[in-house]
Amino acid sequence: MKLDAKIPEGAIADKWTKYKATIPLVNPANKRHIEVIVVGTGLAGAAAAATLGEMGYKVKAFCFQDSPRRAHSIAAQGGINAAKNYSNDGDSVHRLFYDTIKGGDYRSREANVHRLAEVSTAIIDQCVAQGVPFAREYGGLLDNRSFGGVQVSRTFYARGQTGQQLLLGAYSALSRQIGRKQVDMFSRHEMLDVVIIDGKARGIIARNLVTGEIERHFGHAVVLATGGYGNVFFLSTNAMGSNVTSIWKAHKKGALFGNPCFTQIHPTCIPVSGDHQSKLTLMSESLRNDGRIWVPKKQNDTRKAVDIPEEERDYYLERRYPAFGNLVPRDIASRAAKERCDAGYGVGTSKMAVYLDFSDSINRLGKKVIEARYGNLFEIYEKITGEDPYTMPMRIYPAVHYTMGGLWVDYNLMTTIPGLYATGECNFSDHGANRLGASALMQGLADGYFVLPITIGEFLSKDIQTKAIPTDHPEFEKAEREVKEKISRMMSINGTQPVDHFHKQLGKVIWEYCGMSRSAEGLQKAKKMVQEIRADFWKNVRVPGKADGMNPELEKALRVADFIELGELMIDDAYSRNESCGGHFREEYQTEDGEALRDDNNYAYVSAWEYKGENEQSVLHKEELIFENVKLVQRSYK
Amino acid sequence: MKITLKVWRQQNGKTPGEFKTYQLNDVSEDMSFLEMFDILNDDLVRKQDEPVAFDHDCREGICGMCSMYINGRAHGPMTGTTTCQLHMRHFKDGDTIVVEPWRATAFPIIKDLMVDRSAFDRVIQAGGFVSVNTGNAVDANSVPIPKQDADKAFDAAACIGCGACVATCKNASAMLFVSAKVSQLALLPQGQPERHIRVKKMVEIMDAEGFGNCTNTGACEVECPKEISLENIARMNRDYLVANIAD
Ligand SMILES: Cc1cc2nc3c(=O)[nH]c(=O)nc-3n(C[C@H](O)[C@H](O)[C@H](O)COP(=O)(O)OP(=O)(O)OC[C@H]3O[C@@H](n4cnc5c(N)ncnc54)[C@H](O)[C@@H]3O)c2cc1C
Ligand code: SF4
Ligand code: FES
Repeated sequence: MKLDAKIPEGAIADKWTKYKATIPLVNPANKRHIEVIVVGTGLAGAAAAATLGEMGYKVKAFCFQDSPRRAHSIAAQGGINAAKNYSNDGDSVHRLFYDTIKGGDYRSREANVHRLAEVSTAIIDQCVAQGVPFAREYGGLLDNRSFGGVQVSRTFYARGQTGQQLLLGAYSALSRQIGRKQVDMFSRHEMLDVVIIDGKARGIIARNLVTGEIERHFGHAVVLATGGYGNVFFLSTNAMGSNVTSIWKAHKKGALFGNPCFTQIHPTCIPVSGDHQSKLTLMSESLRNDGRIWVPKKQNDTRKAVDIPEEERDYYLERRYPAFGNLVPRDIASRAAKERCDAGYGVGTSKMAVYLDFSDSINRLGKKVIEARYGNLFEIYEKITGEDPYTMPMRIYPAVHYTMGGLWVDYNLMTTIPGLYATGECNFSDHGANRLGASALMQGLADGYFVLPITIGEFLSKDIQTKAIPTDHPEFEKAEREVKEKISRMMSINGTQPVDHFHKQLGKVIWEYCGMSRSAEGLQKAKKMVQEIRADFWKNVRVPGKADGMNPELEKALRVADFIELGELMIDDAYSRNESCGGHFREEYQTEDGEALRDDNNYAYVSAWEYKGENEQSVLHKEELIFENVKLVQRSYK
Repeated sequence: MKITLKVWRQQNGKTPGEFKTYQLNDVSEDMSFLEMFDILNDDLVRKQDEPVAFDHDCREGICGMCSMYINGRAHGPMTGTTTCQLHMRHFKDGDTIVVEPWRATAFPIIKDLMVDRSAFDRVIQAGGFVSVNTGNAVDANSVPIPKQDADKAFDAAACIGCGACVATCKNASAMLFVSAKVSQLALLPQGQPERHIRVKKMVEIMDAEGFGNCTNTGACEVECPKEISLENIARMNRDYLVANIAD
């Protein structure tokens, strides 16, 4: 299979403008007859559904929560980047483009990233127009902060609730279109398969989570915006329901999966406290602006943090990376924390934590300023741990946070299945092997508001003659039958172990062998273990209750079955990439001082995996990455 | 800790429900309230029983999905705290805890502790937005907004749409929720053109959805996990009055 990214001709700075000007349009009279399915109503999906509705398409939108306002995007704390240069610190579209390519360790596609940087400014304008209450300065203008991996202040924020405010903005735009009957909203629905007719995506099979009914929905095109799959690790900062099901089903129907092993481990999360733990909580990266990270200089130091004098503290990030200090990119900060803890310098009862200390900033700026900046985060921390971060340093440890991998898409955000699109975190996206902070919100809204609604015209303009396909078409029947069979197979196992049992096992294996550091040997071992978990799951899982009604255990079981299959592909992917880049750290490939060692001669490509069938080895395809506008250098933050 | 749970069980909206009692012997102080329910459910599945259905997603106090009525209080005993952020260290060994769903005509029960809050969505659809299409916006800094106004708008915008205000109100009124959205937009220049029509439409749908009247008891403000202020209700009442006089 030859992968064609469909990158437009021309200089990097002109591509998008020229492409937009020449893309075929669908006239308003025709739009009324064209139906688009949008699965997922987080930032990417809500923005896309609202905008497509405004343009006049007939939209059907789906989410599994009880309301589109609750998508996982709501939990984003820190902020959203845009090349506005309001801080007058030399920022520009080119600099944002460059930072993103470099931050991603040169594993993303130049043309897409440049477009992202270009539309970033319009996002802020759009959100402000919707009434999103971003933080402001006393003069009434918008305030900015800086984030890891960059040296300018380009991050817009709304206290520690940026994702919430942006999502509520997108939700309000979506609600307006629902009110106008341009968008038909299906909450508490879970997509369980995509329907392909004559080689094109023409609909989905969804389960009504309240009644348990399996429904068929037609669309001229299908847009997936279903978020990331970090929950493959069981413990992650993702919401409990975040899953891989929609993109995994698309993958099994022929959509290639890009860079599945590229996951982001976030350096500042509240450490695990016990076996009962159901999820991990992020402490926004913005904290690294004013907090200093340290561990004791002595191994197994059991003194309280306040009792350890200044000269006996090791501010290891400032020591190793003087230029960026506490603001190095996430992958580097995470690995450095793991390195210290593995070497015996960790703190807290588990010894798997480091300190994030605000005492210097509180002394310098006063408690009031720190409270205004991070008050809600400090509160969350105190609620969970019972400790007061104003008086004692936070304990933090890395946790799974984001998945750079996802469905492979071309410049139009179309997957390898014609008519099937992937937007937001669920595509393999613009972040290469590591995402910079505050760039996921930017990408989700860029895709949803400004890119997809335009690029989808390319496909739909050729489809204006196509009449809505009735859902009694044999392909709909077949897809529905397969879904129903899978559900009844699952329900009839009637084994002994609840779903979580398998999910926890899977998570442990992936975290251990395909997490912060990986090795060929470990990965081979892990592959066998995951296969065993899969066999065990299909023999011993117990799904109680009935399929024809609300059944959260069944929902979980369906998701976990897909996570297990995905786990194996992640392992294959990590095994095949014999280099270290960004979040992918292969122990065999590191410099003398323990930094990631990239291999641009052999691995400057996107891995795009093709599904070959149950128990068949997936096949690797490569999209070579061509860098014409940035020079590939070893990433250095020293 | 040993905890006794009395949990409301109801198969669906059509069948009557009842309390069932469960004994948990090994609850850790560090657990969240929902993690305790995870353990209960794990137990129930192993015993071939049906687990308790409840809503939750982010478990970080921000999505607004979790919704338990605990010992007679929406989201439990702590102020400014959602159910998912409530930790067991606030209970004592040997405690009996009664857990019910939100109860309100406008929030019908789906199963056990899960209710249907889509009425909130319909209120927002009636007018909780600024009518601006994608691509029509002016530069974000072209309209400066005084920091105090922006901050106040933010305070109102912090509402997570959980419905605790409705559940806790003896009239099942949705005034706090609706007024939070009305206020956010009324405080910002972007919200001015539709200010009157917005408040009228949202109030109209709120009434049609079967939420009760506000009699100023203020219970909502006390139980709201985001500490949304009653001031918003006053502001909305004024706007509503002005909007109707303007007609
Ligand atoms: C704690 C936390 C903090 C973060 N902070 C930041 C930050 O400060 N800045 C930043 O840029 N990024 C941040 N991120 C990352 C960012 O929030 C996400 O990458 C982004 O919000 C994803 O948006 P999305 O629209 O792609 O998906 P989501 O918001 O995850 O939405 C997914 C949607 O798909 C639906 N869905 C999923 N599966 C199905 C299915 N099978 N059927 C039907 N519907 C389905 C869901 O209901 C939901 O509506 C953070 C992430 C976390 C976890
Ligand atoms: S006003 Fe408070 S209690 Fe009511 S929905 Fe909003 S956050 Fe929940
Ligand atoms: S689960 Fe999201 S607020 Fe409680």
